Amino acid sequence: MAKATVHVTLKTGVLDPQGKAIQHALETLGFSGIESVRQGKFIELDLAEADKAKAQTAVEGMCEKLLANTVIETYRVEVSD
Amino acid sequence: MKSAVIVFPGSNCDRDIAVTLTKVTGHKPEMVWHRDATLPDDLDLVAVPGGFSYGDYLRSGAMAANSPIISDLKKRADEGVFVLGICNGFQILTECGLLPGALLRNRDLKYVCRDVTLSVEQTDSVFTGKYKQGEVVRIPVGHHDGNYLADDDTLQQLEDDGRVAFRYCNDNGAASDEANPNGSARNIAGVFNEKRTVLGMMPHPERLADTRLGGCDGIPMFESLLDRLS
Repeated sequence: MAKATVHVTLKTGVLDPQGKAIQHALETLGFSGIESVRQGKFIELDLAEADKAKAQTAVEGMCEKLLANTVIETYRVEVSD
Repeated sequence: MKSAVIVFPGSNCDRDIAVTLTKVTGHKPEMVWHRDATLPDDLDLVAVPGGFSYGDYLRSGAMAANSPIISDLKKRADEGVFVLGICNGFQILTECGLLPGALLRNRDLKYVCRDVTLSVEQTDSVFTGKYKQGEVVRIPVGHHDGNYLADDDTLQQLEDDGRVAFRYCNDNGAASDEANPNGSARNIAGVFNEKRTVLGMMPHPERLADTRLGGCDGIPMFESLLDRLS
């Protein structure tokens, strides 16, 4: 059984107003030196597939079809045992 | 004119569009549940209504874009059946690939619910034929994710092909930044597909099609459809 984690974030260059608002809030709290904040989604999947390479391919297919909107978002898939 | 309205769990403008279609065109649309496999035969128009299908889980429209009815919707659109997506319907049409681009969270992160002014950018379509080119109309919006974005090449292609249907503008028809309620690229409020048989727009023409509701600027859209599809 493999475990997959998926990070979905807005593409570079796509304005992320939520990230900007978070950055502003952090600065208001006194945290300095923040150059930028990007907010995204984190999705965990438990898979019946034991083969990591096959699991990777399967989850990438899920990202292309549903988990990410590739018009505006990029994704990163990590598979572990 | 034979039309259908697709109803998803969380749709909340399905009856609004049905009332307006019935009132303006004299033909009552068939309501189709999203889990049905096929749309009715011999349709002229399919409306994908506003609302919050599936609670906007994952992304607005993402779940609905994978509902069982969508494969038949795509097939009908390919065959030339006209498709009108309003608000969440627009989000669903971009998510399922019938229209280019995507609708992001509003620029100022706020839900915007008010009347906006739009300029009619393209009257050569079955949806907009009864408007005048450049006409400024008042139509309500109500959305959190209406910030239209596509890559630069796509935006340019939309402009070159005359596929921008409506733009947010001020009272004088100028597409100013102040008149842009959500940060949409180039103030775009609605776009067509390549053949101009599919229209997606964030504003709600079906909500302002009765003087008792405060305005009639939505009526010409439904009159245009009636005129061309009867």
